[in-house]
Formats: sequence, C-alpha cells, structure tokens
Amino acid sequence: MTFSDAPTAVRLRDGVAVIDLVGDVNGQAEATLAAAWEDATADHPTAVVLNFEKAGYINSTGIALIVGVLAKGRAHGIPIRAFGLTPHYREIFEITRLADFLAINPDEDSAVNGAGMSDT
Amino acid sequence: MTTLTGSFRRRLLGRSAVGERASREDASLVAVPQDDLDPVDIAPNDPLLAYLQSASGAVDVEALELDSPALASLKAAGVKLAVPLVSQGELIGVLHLGPRRSEQDYSTDDKKLLENLAAQAAPALRVGQLVREQQAEAVTRQRFQQELEVAKLIQQNFLPKVLPDLPGWQVAAYYQPAREVGGDFYDVIPLPDGQVGFVIGDVTDKGVPAALVMAATRSVLRASAQRLVEPGTVLERVNEHLCPDMPEKMFVTCLYGVLEPASGRFRFANAGHDLPYVKTADGSVELRARGMPLGLMPGMRYEEKETVLEPGDSLLLHSDGVVEAHNPDREMFGFPRLKEAVAKYPGGSELIDLVITDLRAHTGPDAEQEDDITMVTLSRSPAAGSAFNGSGQSQQLVEFTVPSAEGNERMALERVSAIVAPLGLDEAKLKRLETAVGEATMNAMEHGNKYSADKPVTLRVLTERDLVRVQITDQGGAPSDREAELPDIELKLAGLQRPRGWGLFLITSMVDEAHETADGDLHTLELVMHLTAHKVDPAPGGSHDVQ
Repeated sequence: MTFSDAPTAVRLRDGVAVIDLVGDVNGQAEATLAAAWEDATADHPTAVVLNFEKAGYINSTGIALIVGVLAKGRAHGIPIRAFGLTPHYREIFEITRLADFLAINPDEDSAVNGAGMSDT
Repeated sequence: MTTLTGSFRRRLLGRSAVGERASREDASLVAVPQDDLDPVDIAPNDPLLAYLQSASGAVDVEALELDSPALASLKAAGVKLAVPLVSQGELIGVLHLGPRRSEQDYSTDDKKLLENLAAQAAPALRVGQLVREQQAEAVTRQRFQQELEVAKLIQQNFLPKVLPDLPGWQVAAYYQPAREVGGDFYDVIPLPDGQVGFVIGDVTDKGVPAALVMAATRSVLRASAQRLVEPGTVLERVNEHLCPDMPEKMFVTCLYGVLEPASGRFRFANAGHDLPYVKTADGSVELRARGMPLGLMPGMRYEEKETVLEPGDSLLLHSDGVVEAHNPDREMFGFPRLKEAVAKYPGGSELIDLVITDLRAHTGPDAEQEDDITMVTLSRSPAAGSAFNGSGQSQQLVEFTVPSAEGNERMALERVSAIVAPLGLDEAKLKRLETAVGEATMNAMEHGNKYSADKPVTLRVLTERDLVRVQITDQGGAPSDREAELPDIELKLAGLQRPRGWGLFLITSMVDEAHETADGDLHTLELVMHLTAHKVDPAPGGSHDVQ
C-alpha cells in the first residue's frame, strides 16, 4: 500500500498537528502529503509531527518529499518533529542529515510535549 | 403392518418408473403380512410400482387387477392392503398388511388411519434413507481419499529429499501432484567420478497402481545407473526389468541424462518422454533422442545423444502436466509456449516460478490441476568473471527481471531480500541492502530505461564465501552525469538544490562496495555486501567505485 492509497489522518493535539503517515512514502505520496500539510497547518499549529509508526517503505523520492515538508516548515516558521521511525530509517535520516533539521522522538507523547520546548 | 428395508429403498429407486436414478439392480420388497414371510421382489418395470406411485391412498391388493408378477407374489403371500409411502411425490416405500387378526376386512377408518400414518412415516423414512445413503457415500469417499493418501505417500517417499549441491550449478525441482495423484517422478542420482544422473518420468494411470510402478521404476533405474555408464543402456536394462511385470495398459515415459559437472557434458536417452529444453545464449533448443516408453515390450534400444551445457545455460526437464494443462476454452498450454518461456525467462528456480505463474494465468486461478506437474532445472552458472573483482568464484543464486514501471523497485528489493536473508546478513545490513537495491533498481528503470515497457531491469544475486553481490543492469548504456551532484540538505532547504537526488547517495551509503560498468547499451551497478562486519566508509564516494 502506498501512502497515497492509505487513509491519511491529521490530528490536532495540544496545538500540535500530527500527520499519520500510513503506507509507503514514495513518489506516489506527493499529492497526499501535500494535502496533509495543508490540513495540518490550517489551524496554525505550534509544530507539525510526522508519525512514521505505520509508514512502510521509504525511498529516496519519499526522502525528497520530507525535505519538502521541512522546507515548508522553515518557510512558515513551523517546527517539524518525527516519531515512530524504525532503526533503519532513523539511520537514513541521520546519514542524509534530515535528523539535523527535525527532532526525532521515540513516541507521540514526547514528540507533542517536546514541541516548542527546544524547537527553534 | 409391514415396513421396507433400506436396501429395498435403494433397489426400488433403481430401475423403476418412480425413481430417476435408473437401472441399478432389481427391486425387492420385504413383505411381512403375517409373522414370518419371505421377501417379495418387485422388478423396477413392474406396473405395480407405477400404480402405487399414482394411488391416492391405501390399495386393496386382493381387488387389484394388474399384469404384475409382484402383485401375484403379494397376493400369494397373503398381503391384503398396500399403503404407498410417498415423499415429495416420490414413492419411497410401501406398507403391506396381511389380514386383520380379527379376520374382518379393513374398515374405512382403518384405511384412513393407515394413510395418515403413511403420510407421517414417509418423510421420516426418507430422512433415514438419505442419512444411510450419505453414510455409505462418506465411507466410499473416505476409502478413495485413503487410497490417494497412500499414493501420495509412496510418491513423495520416492522423490529426492534434498537436491545436490554442485559447485557452479544450480539444481531446482518442482513437483505438484494432481488431486488424483498421477505417476510423475524425478530423481537425481550421484554417480561415480562426480557425475550426476537426472531422471524425470511419468507412469500412465493414476493413484496407487501408478505410484507402485513409479516406485519400482525408480528403484530399478537407480540400481542400473550405478552399474552402467551409458544412459541408453540404463534405459534398456530398466525396460527389460519392467516388461515382465508391467500391468496391462501401463507404461512409463522417462528421460535419463548424465551430467559431467566439470565440463557441462550431458548425455541422455529418452523413453518417450516430453523433450527437455535448454536455454542457451541463442534461445531455447529441444534435446531429441528416440526411444519407446518403458514396459511396453522387451528388447527395445534407446538412442543416446549428448550436448554441452555452457556457462549460463539452463536445462528444463518437465512432465506433460505442464504442456497439457487446459484453459477454460480447452486449449492446451502447449509446447511452443513452454519453449518460448524457456527462451525468454531466466533459468533455474526462476524459470519454474515464472512458468507456474504463466500456467495459472492460462488455466485460471480456480481451475483444478488436471495432472501431476513436475519440473527440474539444471543451470550452469555464468562464466567466472561476471563477478566484478574476480577475487573469488561467484555462485549465481538468482537472475530475474522487473519491468521498468514506477514502484517496481519494491518487487526487486523484496525478491533480493528473500534470497539473501538465509545467507546470514544481520538485520541491519539486510535492510541497508534492501534500500540500496531499491534505489539502484529505481535509477535503472528511470534513468537507464526511461521507464520503457520493453526494457526490463535485470537483477542477479551472486554469492562468494563471505560476501553477496547484487548486479542491477539497465539498457541505458554508459552512465553520464546521473546524480553527479552530491546532495546537501542545507542547499535543498534553501532552494538552491532540487529536493530529489538522494538515490546514488543512499546506494553508496548503504552497501560496503558499489561498482559501475557499461558494456554497449548495458549498464550495470554491482552492490557488494560482506556477510561479516566490513562496513566501508559510509561517506558517499569514499572507497566506492561509484562517484
């Protein structure tokens, strides 16, 4: 199942928007992720959290999409956080230095609660 | 009052006008008008049955006039009254009554009582009859099933438990019995001087008889192969052994070949079996040799031929269950299609998988398999040197293609992962290899083949002592400046570099080594992962050949 096929959920929690990424994050997810970003930022959240717990295969195009999200966050002054990454994708986020530009948390609580505390 | 036995019910329905399940046995009737009477037989064409079928109630037997032997017998037996038992319009039995003990005639009330009784008894009797029929059918089915299990057991016990590990060769086999278990078999026989015998055969008939003949053939062939050298002579000897005891109308088709692994020489003889195919660099060719099936007549001679399986060649032995599989329009899969499959698909287990896929597409997913299906492939690894550094003897584990279509890299990485996982890569390295294979395949499909439908990407997995190589080949020729730009996330976030361009960076970061070559239109990226800890500098471009 690709991300574009999956039911995308955007939730607002304590002023933080959580985007649940379900399925593969690849080129086919572009439109869905763009729509999710629009939903997530409509209410001016203090941060956007990407939930990778139900994400599947992430390829280089998916990495590029996440770079796009980071760029949008930077442009709008919205910090981006993430949780639910497998060790393998956490390694990829570190190798690509995505991890330098979004905080990676172990779970949703720490991601939401950490929003605003150390994000700049 | 009289009742009918269960056997009567079955016989009554046999050839009578009342039952549609016609012509089995003569009907018989148990009539007990008095305390102890002999059964009365009613022939299925006796007019009494038709009369009772249409009777509206109890029938006065003494007053009835019919040209009916059964009626005469009933009268002779002292039956006074016959009450038909009808269920759902079908005569399923008759109540026969002798004279009343009071010696008075049956009254109208008596008859009404009996008719009411018959109306209630008939459905119950029908249920009892159905239950008994089903029990009998269940016993028959169970016995049939047990016989099939025995046949399966015999066959499976005489098939090889393991296939030989021949350096530089891959042997794969597929055997799927039909529900009724045919007589397919195959065997791989170690022979003196490192030679290996390959057998595929098919016994006519099905079930236990075929399984027993198969077992005998296999045993005689094994024994003969050890003592004799030439395949034709072996088949002659087997034929002589089988002929005296072969059941009537049974025979065995069989191909027997002997491989010399070092040279690739393959000598073979054929006792009427479907011709094997060899995938060569020039396409697929049939291996022809003449000979009558085994067990038909003694004194047969078997032509012997030989060929050389070159590096990269793959031999397919198959049974007729493949080519004779029908589609819903009763068209057979056929030899031409199988020959074409051998030519276009990779050899070895991949060929088997793809032929089975084609076969299922041909027959339809829900079709019952008509006959046993057996395939054996013998593939010679491509010549050494196909490995890039030539540091050791590579053994090819698999070669397959994926169509150049968006998303197909997922298929490629999953297939490679399944093949590599048993080699002992730890979980983290396996995940890295998956990502590298996915990215390399995606690059090959997109940049190399431009997502052309007629240009698939070829993947090969090879292993050496302590490493695994994955070669991904596209048809885009020598690489130009694909992704020459080193991705920099800060530049990307600043909009000074495109968001994409991570593929090659990920590939080189994930594997221990990466090598890129081109040969004409073919461009190959080889990924190397050491089975033990040997991670090369993860920095892109570090010690990799790929820049």
